[in-house]
Amino acid sequence: MTTYRAVVVGCSAGGVHALTTLLAGLAPKLHVPLIVVCHTGSEDVDMLREVLALKSSLPVQEARERHVPQPGTVYLAPAGYHLLVECDGCFALSVDARVCYSRPAIDVLFESAAAHYGAQLIGVVLTGANDDGALGLKAIRDHKGMAIVQLPEDAVASAMPEAALRVAGADHVVVLPDIAPLINHLCMP
Amino acid sequence: MSTIGPGNRPDVEDIELDGFVRALQQRHGYDFSGYAQASLKRRLQSVVHSGGYQNLSELTGRMLRDDALVPEIVSGLSVPVSDMFRNPSVFAALREEVFPLLASYPRINIWQAGCAHGEEVYSLAILLEEAGLYERSQIYATDFSDAALLRAQEGIFPAKEAHTYSENYLAAGGQRTLADYYHSRYERIKLDERLKRNIHFANHNLAADGVFCEAHLILCRNVLIYFNNVLQNEVLGLFRDSLVRGGFLCLGNRESLDFAPAAKAFTPINAKARVYRLAARA
Repeated sequence: MTTYRAVVVGCSAGGVHALTTLLAGLAPKLHVPLIVVCHTGSEDVDMLREVLALKSSLPVQEARERHVPQPGTVYLAPAGYHLLVECDGCFALSVDARVCYSRPAIDVLFESAAAHYGAQLIGVVLTGANDDGALGLKAIRDHKGMAIVQLPEDAVASAMPEAALRVAGADHVVVLPDIAPLINHLCMP
Repeated sequence: MSTIGPGNRPDVEDIELDGFVRALQQRHGYDFSGYAQASLKRRLQSVVHSGGYQNLSELTGRMLRDDALVPEIVSGLSVPVSDMFRNPSVFAALREEVFPLLASYPRINIWQAGCAHGEEVYSLAILLEEAGLYERSQIYATDFSDAALLRAQEGIFPAKEAHTYSENYLAAGGQRTLADYYHSRYERIKLDERLKRNIHFANHNLAADGVFCEAHLILCRNVLIYFNNVLQNEVLGLFRDSLVRGGFLCLGNRESLDFAPAAKAFTPINAKARVYRLAARA
């Protein structure tokens, strides 16, 4: 059985609600970091961080460049920057062009994380109204990582999970309440 | 190189990246070995894609034999474009907290390292003008990409950005209206020629070149994020050696100095805006 080392999550429209549900259901002693890109369009993610921290069973932080993601911690991509996982496993930031009209972009996080974690990565695509994350999830699957996609009919906005399924496919297509238990199960020590 | 786990072979793309970096350095003298790899890889993918190459190895092979390809490749790897007055609160901090201290100098040298297409250079020139400091200021705007420098010198930006730039300008505490500083033509805006009178554009590579000038303020926003810890630390040392005592350094909003010993020379004066001051040396 694969020992997973990280979970990356992408969402857009409807994402705050979806993340709240997801984070509330995670095991308090999850032994991997959960790294999140959520398109918000706002100047910073302080508000989002505070809202999510209210119900999260894990601490929620903004990802800081050059720092190593710690197990049992939720990291949010800072507003206006792409968040990447560097080859040494540290966070890196970039202000390169938007991808799918977004910065941060889910694809950028997923592709860099796939290159670093290889098969030991779980990618999760939740609700959203564009195609971001589809190519990233494909990169994760190409590296033999695990792909989880929210059931499109269950999502507030179905375009993002639909695009992910069309481009990358998935190992699990599940409703929102089942995603946290699935991650807890997959990441059991 | 990345560790994918025991028993796994190194990724093909990592090997190709190594080969490219070595070829560009040995054959053409551009050293990208101190760059953070994840972003470098992405940028190279887009150079490969837009040039119609099959993969990075093909690009490397062509580049080794054809010098004419180098400027375009280098420009594809240079600092990405910014916005005028990007993060207005930072420009407001410069205007309110740094300019009053700069005002005590009879001549003010400002170095913008990594100027891309000049968005922030012109922003700075406008704020200095409005603060009555521009006549005695010299702004040195540098980049390692000649293509970027040429664009920066033109001072021409897409008209569709004008609205955002104007909002940013006002949020930064601009005292007039941004339209006073540019002419619209077709789909573009062209900044007033007079803004260029004290700006000097020059080629300088932070990864290879030394002290550029004696500066009172260095602006280098979102450039060091592309460097690994070693190069980041070296460049911070370069900034330290380039600043006058009590000089100022402004970095990007989310840059971290936590792993750079050279950062000890700097004291944050506005941590949120990433504005630092060089401690006075004995």
